[in-house]
Amino acid sequence: MVNICFYFQVHQPHRLRQYSVFDIGKSDTYFDEQKNKEIMRKVGRKCYLPTNKLMLELLQQHPAFKISYSISGVALEQMKEYMPEVLESFKALAATGQVEFLAETYYHSLSFLYDKKEFQQQIAQHVSLVRELFGQTPTVFRNTELIYNNALAYDVEQLGFSAILAEGWDPVLGWRSPNFVYKSKATKNMKLLLKNYKLSDDVAFRFSNKGWEEWPLSIEKYTQWINSVNGNGDTINLFMDYETFGEHQWEDTGIFDFLQALPREVLKHPDNTFKTVSETANDFETRDEVDIHDYVSWADLERDLSAWNGNSIQQSALDELYKLGKAVKETEDKHLIQQWRKLTTSDHFYYMCTKWFSDGDVHKYFNPYDSPYEGYIAFMNVLHDLALRTKILLGKKGKQFDKHSLHVTSKPSSKVLS
Amino acid sequence: MLGWEFPPYFAGGVGTVCYELTKGLRKKGVDITYVMPHGPEHVQSEHVNLLVADKELEHLGIQTHKVASTLTPYVSQDEYTRMLDAYGTALMGKGSTIYGTNLLQEMHRFAAAIQKVADHEVFDVIHAHDWTTVPAALALKQKTGKPLVMHVHITDFDKTGGEHADPAVYKIEHEGFHKADIVIAVSNLVKQRLVEKYYVDPAKIRVVHNAVEPTEHNLQVKQEQISPGEKLVLFLGRVTLQKGPDYFLDAAAKVARLLPHVKFIVAGTGDMLPRMIERASDLGIGNKVIFTGFVTRTEGDQLYQMADLFVMPSVSEPFGIVPLEAMQQGTPVIISRQSGVSEVLKHVLKVDFWNVDDLASKMIAALSYEHLHTMLQHHSTLEIQGFTWENPAQQCVDIYNEVLSW
Repeated sequence: MVNICFYFQVHQPHRLRQYSVFDIGKSDTYFDEQKNKEIMRKVGRKCYLPTNKLMLELLQQHPAFKISYSISGVALEQMKEYMPEVLESFKALAATGQVEFLAETYYHSLSFLYDKKEFQQQIAQHVSLVRELFGQTPTVFRNTELIYNNALAYDVEQLGFSAILAEGWDPVLGWRSPNFVYKSKATKNMKLLLKNYKLSDDVAFRFSNKGWEEWPLSIEKYTQWINSVNGNGDTINLFMDYETFGEHQWEDTGIFDFLQALPREVLKHPDNTFKTVSETANDFETRDEVDIHDYVSWADLERDLSAWNGNSIQQSALDELYKLGKAVKETEDKHLIQQWRKLTTSDHFYYMCTKWFSDGDVHKYFNPYDSPYEGYIAFMNVLHDLALRTKILLGKKGKQFDKHSLHVTSKPSSKVLS
Repeated sequence: MLGWEFPPYFAGGVGTVCYELTKGLRKKGVDITYVMPHGPEHVQSEHVNLLVADKELEHLGIQTHKVASTLTPYVSQDEYTRMLDAYGTALMGKGSTIYGTNLLQEMHRFAAAIQKVADHEVFDVIHAHDWTTVPAALALKQKTGKPLVMHVHITDFDKTGGEHADPAVYKIEHEGFHKADIVIAVSNLVKQRLVEKYYVDPAKIRVVHNAVEPTEHNLQVKQEQISPGEKLVLFLGRVTLQKGPDYFLDAAAKVARLLPHVKFIVAGTGDMLPRMIERASDLGIGNKVIFTGFVTRTEGDQLYQMADLFVMPSVSEPFGIVPLEAMQQGTPVIISRQSGVSEVLKHVLKVDFWNVDDLASKMIAALSYEHLHTMLQHHSTLEIQGFTWENPAQQCVDIYNEVLSW
């Protein structure tokens, strides 16, 4: 038998506006809410609403069909604010009982790498929102962009989760196939579900690529590939961005027809099943322990962290941001803390990546900036204003602002930018 | 190949481009006879067969008549006269000039003389640079029937910021572009101009971006400082409407209010210079802006090395080679999006020339955020190494083969 475990990532960041040096000390409007609204409504129309409608029909038609989602807190917030009908359609999916929601960091952040306490707080915040909206308490964890290593699995097990997702990247798996359930090294019993990137990316990236030798991808062909795993794998984990449907692959590529036929075609084979992430983790025996010391992610060709911290501007932005965290929290100012947290969203650093000059255009997707440098400038300007406001608020409380919370890099500017 | 200038004889920006391009072409095995209208008695070049047309003309005894005109190739009439004096004196002794004062007359003399050249030179393709060579190029094409490639480095619209062109110049340009078999534009910006303003068929336009010759650079050179702790922002180019020196100064005033330890250099000369000196003082930054006047290439390189940031805020720049020179010296640059070079550069900051706030904001960011500065410096130094003349030379060879296959 072969099981299909579908997991979809749903995420939209709060994009920054082109915040100039001259705004520092004058404006605390950091985010381009107009643009964020436009993008949410556009993606809502093209992807979330039509895909959710189709998913609901499929779940009703096929009681054996199961899917899982991880929707970031910042995406849920923006749905609520800009397109409540999207949120309602996810609630309708939750109500079928065939849909599972995962936990992640509320702000889709890299906090695990920089601030463990913040990491826990963001997970707690996300879990509580999922519970409130969908009436479920997540038991499976998915870190931002599938960033993973042993240490993460260990920490997440301590937080009470029973399974975690990662990229099934050959160099770290060695001879192992991603089509089994494994245990994470150094954990008691943390189940590891690995993405079958080949079969996932056939849909997510290659579906409409006319230069691909397998184009056009018929459902019959795809089901045949799935069935061929029978006998040498327990589960095929198809992990992808939800925006694949209707946004990365437009409706006219036939992606919705493909999706519509998928449960029926897969279930034609009596041994095939669909399971949610926790069912998949629980129903199959773990085959081996997987030892992943260095971070892997699902991003770019490198599958490492270089998409977010590969260059010095990204590193400096991340360092400065997390350095400021403690002082921001000491203000106990909810609005300020929330703004700081919105800055932890990984997309801000992804936009500063200089690899995309050569590495294809995935980074350009919904990227509000012309260049990585523009992204960095806007981010740092905002951070300086945030530091300034933190300083003022702490002053009012009679507390000291640690001058080193924000490292100011050059003498002439210290007057303005400190 | 027909051009108006060739280093070291009266070398402006386009002359330098012709020089480097022909060097690249020579490496590709292309034999070039380069003809310019005037020059001293014994010109020579290592890689082209360099000819001066008026020397040929003298033997013909052709009479030319003066036509009243204020046309100049790349500079205003005042500047042209001044440069003639300077170069004429330098090259041929005091009191003489290498070029006459009337450009249109020169162009027609060039056209007459070129026909003499055609009698003893063997060639397959005519490659002509900019509007001043048009009459000569057309005469040559008519006489020999060889295909004509017009290389456009600048149109008359660019000299005035994009809105106007001198009708007499426009007429010559228009004729040249339409009669050419292929038109080379140095950027998509120029291509767009050719299509929109000159109604050239886009199918016969090829975009060939310029390059820059590798030079000795040294990232550790920033020892020369005006004074310790001060930062320098550099503008280098002709001080004319096209180059946007006024936007530079307006932004400088905004930067100066926030960063008191920054000085600004305006290097170059031009008809707007006196007004710019006044403007700096009106803006209250008279003591922060240094006007150097004309600088040589070597002095320019020294300035790039001293500067922490280079700005090219051009209103309309067909290509714009100076930011490439600055990048070679390890200096981060900000360029206007209204430049051809912005089509090909990635590791630079870009602004719309009219957006003074954005320009000032980015100047401050580049001066204040050390990581940004270092990264721009590092990546632009790497990026610039890919801009060799090998690429445009190969593109030209492909174009020659294309017109010869017709």
